[in-house]
Amino acid sequence: MRPFIARAAALVLSGAFGLVGLPAAAVEVGNVPPSFELGGRVGAVKLSNYTGKTVYLDFWASWCGPCKQSFPWMNDMHTRYAAQGLSVVAINVDQKADDAQAFLRKAPAHFDIAFDPTGQTPKAYAIKAMPTSVLIGPDGKVLSVHSGFKDQDRNVLEQQIRQALRLQ
Amino acid sequence: MKSLLWSLLAAGLLGSLAGCSTTGPVQAWEKGNLAKPGMAMDADPLDQRFMQHIYTSKENSTGGSGVGGGGCGCN
Repeated sequence: MRPFIARAAALVLSGAFGLVGLPAAAVEVGNVPPSFELGGRVGAVKLSNYTGKTVYLDFWASWCGPCKQSFPWMNDMHTRYAAQGLSVVAINVDQKADDAQAFLRKAPAHFDIAFDPTGQTPKAYAIKAMPTSVLIGPDGKVLSVHSGFKDQDRNVLEQQIRQALRLQ
Repeated sequence: MKSLLWSLLAAGLLGSLAGCSTTGPVQAWEKGNLAKPGMAMDADPLDQRFMQHIYTSKENSTGGSGVGGGGCGCN
């Protein structure tokens, strides 16, 4: 009996240690973020399409309250800074496409939207909260990562965008 | 051979003792169902925050409300 328990415990423990080896955060300031290719509203949305531009990459979902607040702000950023090289790309992580479409009808977006129902992209980006935005510079490297969206974040985020655009 | 099979069975049973925690924590982008109003523990998020503030200030215990009225890990 004892050898069974010992071997069983060894197997379970080795499996548990296998799970502990998690990858480090894939998105850190100064690193190149993972590339993605997702379906959008008109054709594919690929990170590689935006090289040379400052990308404000946002992860959103229909069930996320602060996302509703962030959409008008992102529209504003798009309107004001698109000509200066800003691209706003918002990746939706809803598992049901209908939810995302209903959200977009209530909060229309003038910027690029991509859809990732499988959750591969937020996983690759090691997203810790919803929403999360990643500011990527024209050199393709991450400038900043921001979790959440509150009223007081608007100015801070806009400042970061302005800084990124001036650094060109 | 037989003892190995018994060991594997015992390993499987021991592993399943952990239950659903073996699948790992719920990720931020998977919290769609948790964000539904019916999944909240209390009725009103503002009320929830208010009560939590009272509890933490009266009992002087560390805050432990976790997400608190959000469901999406955003607060």
